[in-house]
Amino acid sequence: MNKLTFDIAHMLAGSLVLVSFMQLYQDRLSSLINIFALHALVLTASVAWQAFVQHAPHLYITATIAFVFKAVVIPVALRRIVVKLGIHRELDNVVGVGLAMLAGIGLVALSMVVMLRVTAEADPLAREDLAFALSVVLLGLLMMVTRRNAVSQVIGFMSLENGLVLAATGAKGMPLVVEISVAFSVLIAFIVIGIFLFRIRERFDTVDIQALDRFRGERQ
Amino acid sequence: MVVYALFGVLALVALAPVAIALNASARATALVYSASLMITLIVGTAALLALTGYDGAGSAVTLPLGLPWLGAHFRIDALSAFFLAVINLGGAAASLFALGYGRHEEFPGRVLPFYPVYLGAMNLVLLADDAFSFLVSWEFMSLSSWALVIAHHRVRENLRAGYVYLLMAGFGTLALLLAFGLLAGAQGNYAFDAIRAAHPSTGLAALVLILVLIGAGSKAGLVPLHAWLPLAHPAAPSHISALMSGVMTKVAVYAFVRITFDLLGPPDWWWSLVVLAVGGISAVMGVLYALMQRDVKRVLAYSTIENIGIIFAALGLALAFKAYAMHFAAALALTAALLHVFNHALFKNLLFCGAGAVLSATGERDLEKLGGLIHRMPQTAFVFLIGCTAISALPPLNGFVSEWLIFQAILLSPQLPSWGLKLMVPAVGALLALSAALAGACFVRAFGIGFLGRPRSDEARGAQETDTHSLAAMYALAALCLIAGILPGLFIDTLAPVAQMLTQGRMPVQTGVEWLSIVPIAESRSSYNGLLVFVFMTASGMIAAFAIHRLASDRIRRSIAWGCGYPDPGPLTQYTADSLAQPIRRVFGTLVFSAHESGEMPPPGSTAPARLTVKMRDPVWDTLYAPVADFITYASERLNVLQFLTIRRYLTLVFMALVLLLLVLAIWP
Repeated sequence: MNKLTFDIAHMLAGSLVLVSFMQLYQDRLSSLINIFALHALVLTASVAWQAFVQHAPHLYITATIAFVFKAVVIPVALRRIVVKLGIHRELDNVVGVGLAMLAGIGLVALSMVVMLRVTAEADPLAREDLAFALSVVLLGLLMMVTRRNAVSQVIGFMSLENGLVLAATGAKGMPLVVEISVAFSVLIAFIVIGIFLFRIRERFDTVDIQALDRFRGERQ
Repeated sequence: MVVYALFGVLALVALAPVAIALNASARATALVYSASLMITLIVGTAALLALTGYDGAGSAVTLPLGLPWLGAHFRIDALSAFFLAVINLGGAAASLFALGYGRHEEFPGRVLPFYPVYLGAMNLVLLADDAFSFLVSWEFMSLSSWALVIAHHRVRENLRAGYVYLLMAGFGTLALLLAFGLLAGAQGNYAFDAIRAAHPSTGLAALVLILVLIGAGSKAGLVPLHAWLPLAHPAAPSHISALMSGVMTKVAVYAFVRITFDLLGPPDWWWSLVVLAVGGISAVMGVLYALMQRDVKRVLAYSTIENIGIIFAALGLALAFKAYAMHFAAALALTAALLHVFNHALFKNLLFCGAGAVLSATGERDLEKLGGLIHRMPQTAFVFLIGCTAISALPPLNGFVSEWLIFQAILLSPQLPSWGLKLMVPAVGALLALSAALAGACFVRAFGIGFLGRPRSDEARGAQETDTHSLAAMYALAALCLIAGILPGLFIDTLAPVAQMLTQGRMPVQTGVEWLSIVPIAESRSSYNGLLVFVFMTASGMIAAFAIHRLASDRIRRSIAWGCGYPDPGPLTQYTADSLAQPIRRVFGTLVFSAHESGEMPPPGSTAPARLTVKMRDPVWDTLYAPVADFITYASERLNVLQFLTIRRYLTLVFMALVLLLLVLAIWP
């Protein structure tokens, strides 16, 4: 394999992890959405590069889907929701930034160790890709856990899904139909979650999910 | 062959939607049972006829079902052909019986759809040739029988029985799942061929043996895993009870034989110690429990535990002989065990059908409320008596043959080189002898109190003979009991391919022996001729009857029954089931059940009745189940908090679990 192609793939996947870290310390919702759009852009670039390297034209379709939905449609829609709900200036963090970053670093280290051990026989491009993808997934989960606002949880979920797409494109021979269905399921999840956000807001006057817990009756 | 058997299973399963579509009308009852009868009869007869033609390889087919990289493997070899014959002939008899009995069913819609599925699932377990399809069919069998157990779910006890059954079935399947997981090893190849080729290490094999003993043993009803059995088997409608007791326990025996004799590789000598001990204890405990019961169907269910104990003791013996490469003796013990499997399926089916006939005629299962049925249901009484004789192992019926063969195998045990086994086998032999004697007492009690004497209740007084279908099924089973008792050589020779496949040995050919005798070892040692015993008994009985009626007076004199000197000779002053069991309860009960009797005499002059109170405790339930149940209740109360966490906490739990698993993977050596 060409050294340069490997380096570029490596760089793009690494940037995805980096952007995930950027998401972790954004506690303002509007900037968080911007970073998420960036996340999706980096993913698009990474997938497109994989398509080029693997000579797999169907991956270009995946890249297009990622770009259209994740980098454009969803961020725009989320921004509209946030503005409509009037929470674009709201701060949202449960755990301190430092602590979240430390946990994130630990998770990346963990996924490196696991993936490099488990995939000893795979080819180096796929290996690196999988390790980064697992990091992105774990960071997305971490974000969902450490945030309180439903919108940031949605973003955490979406970036987790970006990690999955990264893993899927890194492994050769993933059928297109799987990727398309994953992309659409994310869109549907987004719609459902969006509707829920408005419903929650209508009912409880907030999208802070702690309010939900209060209404379930076990917190006062 | 295997394809035809699978078609049979498919046809059985397809009956379920038909039953639902027909909406449990009378037509549905007739259709479902007659179709089940036809299918099981065809498959069973075909398997029996094909049995001699099979060697180890058998006929196999792989279907693209189940796990994608595995597929569903099905195969018939000699062992599964034999069990197919047992299960389908038992199923055919139960279906024939149900053609009559099922008409009295109160809620046919709760029985009909599950019945053929249950039969099909049992067949599928026997056909499965990989761990995945085996476990799926096994669980299918458990669930469909569970649905049948709670068919009459308005009765409170039945719900509890179903609950306990479901728990134990799940537990047993878990044990089998772990056993197959260990057998498949790190590569995870679940096809039986691959498992057979890989020989597990000694420690692993021991663990698998224990797990199989728990998994298959809990379904078969080995003590101390039997607690669900006497609850669940009687709770179902009687033909289902017959199937569960007579047939499903045999599927469990099949699972044990398949794994320990076939898949697990050459046995260690001490395996047999465990199996022998469990078998011997189950035999004695089962029959002791049976003697203490008043409910006919519970008596029969506990007696199943006894017979399963006998079968497992014989299997343990076969394992011992196999471990020391004594192929001939192993073949003898295994043949005896399998013959008892066949025999028990026959007479336990027969007895449960008889109990069902009595239940539908009187509405009573309590022995103390029956009595005198021999006059009101003479034909049922006759076949029930044959069943009782067979299960008490009396010649010339089939129960005697298999138990006699087991004792012949026990008598070979001094040739075993290990001292542990030399001491153990005779002890188990003594336990088996004790259980055989107690089984005799148990069935004297069941028949004597149930059918003889005077009716103890109005229901028993008004009983009518049962319908022709039920009678036909019972007569067929009784005839098979007699045939298997008179022609045992035929059955032993039919079982030779199974013994050859599993022990590499075989018994001498029996069909050539003169006068239908069987000679298990050598003519100088022992032989048995069922026909001779039968002819002698019939002839001497007829001569005696002739002599009495010819030489003595043949006038029939009717008079009032002797009331033992009581002023009021009501039917309740008769000998009761409890009084018949009392001596045995006094000898064994205080030790085993911590039975405690207290008498209460009214003061002189008072006309109040005297009372005798007996308190018994189930030792297994008290020491094994109650602590586990307490612990589970405690733990689930503590874990109940997890039901009410916040969304973020749940996410955190999932996240933590994932990170923890990844950490384990990272630091795993």
